Amino acid sequence: LVILLLAPGAGQDVGRSCILVSIAGKNVMLDCGMHMGYNDDRRFPDFSYITQNGRLTDFLDCVIISHFHLDHCGALPYFSEMVGYDGPIYMTHPTKAICPILLEDYRKITVDKKGEINFFTSQMIKDCMKKVVAVHLHQTVQVDEELEIKAYYAGHVLGAAMFQIKVGCESVVYTGDYNMTPDRHLGAAWIDKCRPDLLITESTYATTIRDSKRCRERDFLKKVHETVERGGKVLIPVFALGRAQELCILLETFWERMNLKAPIYFSTGLTEKANHYYKLFITWTNQKIRKTFVQRNMFEFKHIKAFDRAFADNPGPMVVFATPGMLHAGQSLQIFRKWAGNEKNMVIMPGYCVQGTVGHKILSGQRKLEMEGRQILEVKMQVEYMSFSAHADAKGIMQLIRQAEPRNVLLVHGEAKKMEFLKQKIEQEFHVSCYMPANGETTTILTNPSIPVDISLGLLKRETAIGLLPDVKKPKLMHGTLIMKDNSFRLVSPEQALKELGLAEHQLRFTCRVHIQDPRKEHETVLRVYNHLKGVLKDYSVQHLPDGSITVESILIQATAHSEDQGTKVLLVSWTYQDEELGSYLTSLLKKGLPQSTS
Amino acid sequence: FFQYCLSGHPTLPCNVLKFKSTTIMLDCGLDMTSTLNFLPLPLVQSPRLSKLPGWVLKDGSTFLDKELKECSGHVFVDSVPEFCLPETELLDLSTVDVILISNYHCMMALPYITEYTGFAGTVYATEPTVQIGRLLMEELVNSIERVPKAQSASMWKNKEVQRLLPAPLKDAVEVSMWRKCYTMPEVNAALSKIQLVGYSQKIELFGAVQVTPLSSGYALGSSNWIIQSHYEKVSYVSGSSLLTTHPQPMDQASLKNSDVLILTGLTQIPTANPDGMVGEFCSNLAMTVRNGGNVLVPCYPSGVIYDLLECLYQYIDSAGLSNVPFYFISPVANSSLEFSQIFAEWLCHNKQTKVYLPEPPFPHAELIQTNKLKHYPSIHGDFSNDFKQPCVVFTGHPSLRFGDVVHFMELWGKSSLNTVIFTEPDFSYLDALAPYQPLAMKCVYCPIDTRLNFIQVSKLLKEVQPLHVVCPEQYTQPPPTQSHRTDLMIDCQPPPMSYRRAEVLTLPYKRRYEKIEIMPEVSNCLRIIE
Repeated sequence: LVILLLAPGAGQDVGRSCILVSIAGKNVMLDCGMHMGYNDDRRFPDFSYITQNGRLTDFLDCVIISHFHLDHCGALPYFSEMVGYDGPIYMTHPTKAICPILLEDYRKITVDKKGEINFFTSQMIKDCMKKVVAVHLHQTVQVDEELEIKAYYAGHVLGAAMFQIKVGCESVVYTGDYNMTPDRHLGAAWIDKCRPDLLITESTYATTIRDSKRCRERDFLKKVHETVERGGKVLIPVFALGRAQELCILLETFWERMNLKAPIYFSTGLTEKANHYYKLFITWTNQKIRKTFVQRNMFEFKHIKAFDRAFADNPGPMVVFATPGMLHAGQSLQIFRKWAGNEKNMVIMPGYCVQGTVGHKILSGQRKLEMEGRQILEVKMQVEYMSFSAHADAKGIMQLIRQAEPRNVLLVHGEAKKMEFLKQKIEQEFHVSCYMPANGETTTILTNPSIPVDISLGLLKRETAIGLLPDVKKPKLMHGTLIMKDNSFRLVSPEQALKELGLAEHQLRFTCRVHIQDPRKEHETVLRVYNHLKGVLKDYSVQHLPDGSITVESILIQATAHSEDQGTKVLLVSWTYQDEELGSYLTSLLKKGLPQSTS
Repeated sequence: FFQYCLSGHPTLPCNVLKFKSTTIMLDCGLDMTSTLNFLPLPLVQSPRLSKLPGWVLKDGSTFLDKELKECSGHVFVDSVPEFCLPETELLDLSTVDVILISNYHCMMALPYITEYTGFAGTVYATEPTVQIGRLLMEELVNSIERVPKAQSASMWKNKEVQRLLPAPLKDAVEVSMWRKCYTMPEVNAALSKIQLVGYSQKIELFGAVQVTPLSSGYALGSSNWIIQSHYEKVSYVSGSSLLTTHPQPMDQASLKNSDVLILTGLTQIPTANPDGMVGEFCSNLAMTVRNGGNVLVPCYPSGVIYDLLECLYQYIDSAGLSNVPFYFISPVANSSLEFSQIFAEWLCHNKQTKVYLPEPPFPHAELIQTNKLKHYPSIHGDFSNDFKQPCVVFTGHPSLRFGDVVHFMELWGKSSLNTVIFTEPDFSYLDALAPYQPLAMKCVYCPIDTRLNFIQVSKLLKEVQPLHVVCPEQYTQPPPTQSHRTDLMIDCQPPPMSYRRAEVLTLPYKRRYEKIEIMPEVSNCLRIIE
């Protein structure tokens, strides 16, 4: 049996997640992301990988979305409405709530602002969301009779989940993006020891073992504070949901403690709405926030106000959170263009930037940017990178592998070089195979599942009752007949099997002659043999019958004198096929001869 | 396969199932009807209650007059109220491996079990059940602890003495087992033993048994449980509802193909229609307020109150009640209102959709915002400043024996302008009112019990087709007061097996097969013979 894996979009690249898993005949698509570095066809995964001819609905059993980031769900309306898919799409409740808002936001930027055509519409987003089935954490969802999926908490962003996909005894765990350390608003990812055949894990921060969170927070606050003190403006490009809330909580408490007056703004109407989602889905945040929410809801901010476009030209210091997070479009880019020329200002990039975005360019040191209309923008403001994005680092990935104990690991959503390093580390430490397929590459993993069988209770009880008390540590031999019928396996007693199949029972008996040198009378030889066996086979029932024969359990031993040589006795040992083990043991024992008797 | 029945109360069950060498307790309900035998605990010194005469035996002996007081022909124990626990002697409760909780009303005896019996297992419940259960316990502990009572009566419990008392004290069962309320540290210790579960989550117990909670539609996070191995399936149905109120609808399909279905927690008022009762509730409330009277609604801090507030939200403007203040008084009022808004995933479809917008799922958020509904931890403090009459007050406890409700009964009982409306079905309203007699206040009985009625049960049983049904004995005969109503009992084939308190049942089923796995090493060397 085989787990087939195809990565149409999530191989050795951070940007767009879309993985196809084929497990025991079931096809599941994991995430349906888009690449934010591209503005052409390359932004969506190439779904022709999945099936060239025929409808996706017929081919795929279900689609699973791990969380609401666009690199994991951005292509979903395109996939379901434009390419065409009508099967079930699974995601958690918060993801189902927030995902359409981000999609609509993205659509607006692309179509309304950039004027692109041939893109999905608002109606398509709505129709797509109608196909979504929301799942609870740890709920076992029966997709069909054989395929079941189960969600685990993943941290990372509100509602992010890891998914276990299981068919019979075979299973795959897909992590999506996750975070193994709790942060200011979310808890840590957790999974039980479910021993999947394959663990598909993201590896964005494959080699980074990040310094302590506290240090990074202090650093961040210091930089913001210094800039504001000298009258500069701070731009923090963020995704509307996720990191933004964590940083808001951080700044809010800092402002309160330091009694600062400089205004903090949060761009677009999304903010308030976003915070509202956090309030309503508070059960998905970390324990501390959950515990105190009745007294004080952490997502009601006093110092942070809604941003208006006109504020960007206001004199004096300010801090602005603006979307999107990679400076590739929208308000964050607009503000960036306004402020870039002043060296007093600062832009802090709190997360990863995909290649091709303005964010990526300035982070790699580029200071002269070519904007639309061949304009050159000179960046004089300070550019800072602070890794706040909540991905598991190498340590976290290793920790998850330790928790789940997979038989194979597959790395996706990372950069090839870093993945190679992690792959070696995983193989060394856990002695499991580790794969890292490129985009569009197929990986095949062989599994070796056990076969579930029904055993008749009568047989089970009979066989465990035979002999001594069952010893948990010792294996025990069992006799039974396996019947395969109509795709079911049953282990029953041979008698029952014969009865069911209408067969007559044949008995197979082995008889063996063993020659023994013993000049004594026959019955004396028998007695010696009896005493010898009784001495050796302490745990068996050895009996001397009145007719002069000996039985060991069901094995029969008779002695006769040799017709030619009276000094030789012939032992006739006879046993049935079922007692083959004991019978051959007895024969070889007797062949060694009897011990010299003292009498 | 045995079932030990530790509670005789059909809606507050406590059963223990021995199933494939695991011992599983199903619910641990606390029978609080015992408190009806006690005098109310007034928050403010009540001259009326303290002047009640002591009870004198027929032969004139007065040795009980400190413990027992008489009020309008009824006799009450003047002591800290006590609760009737589930049986603890029927089996060694330290051998219980797990406790499965079906809803927050059925976990009130948990601290007695987990803290006093040597219990060392795990408790399973959904998150709303635990959070709201905690609130109910907090309210209970709070309302009893803040009225310290010097006296703890015990003489009347003596078997020889109890025999001489008038009914219902004479017939009270197991009075020696009645216990005082637990404390907050005990509640916290008990709740710390709970492991949270989600609907349709499969939980493996020792590799032998799998248990799964299913939505039961009765309350936030309420569940029925499936207890199964590969070849046996027991369904435990407790407190389920098919009506559309705020919780997620009941999952019926997963109950199919059960060998045994244990059925508890049916409606306590089989003859009343909840919708009609809500209508009556609203019209009585409006009438009283229009006539200048106050309305008192004794209630639990969670559950039906959310539905009542939602009805009132739609009703008050059209009924011209916009200026009438609504007060919700409970030490956990604020928490309950807040918690109700954050369990989106456990709510019915309509409410879930609201959260996606994002808007709070319950309209009481708006009632609070517009100052129409105000909540207070108790009658002391802010409330006494804001208090305006005529008004509507929601407060506990529905037994009328403790909590802020006692104060309002004393305050408003003398005027016929006021009305008390009973909506909770757990206590007989006449018994609840007994220590307040004579009363001038109007009493309206609108019990709202959304749990399954007998028509729904017979439909459900036809649908899910269990091989055997097990239920409390009360469900196998018509109610004692309506013995001609043979429609008010469970009717199924084969007839249900019934149980009563302190009984042990042997459940009828037989296994024929068991599941094993053949390892690849073995299966690879198997050869097929045809």
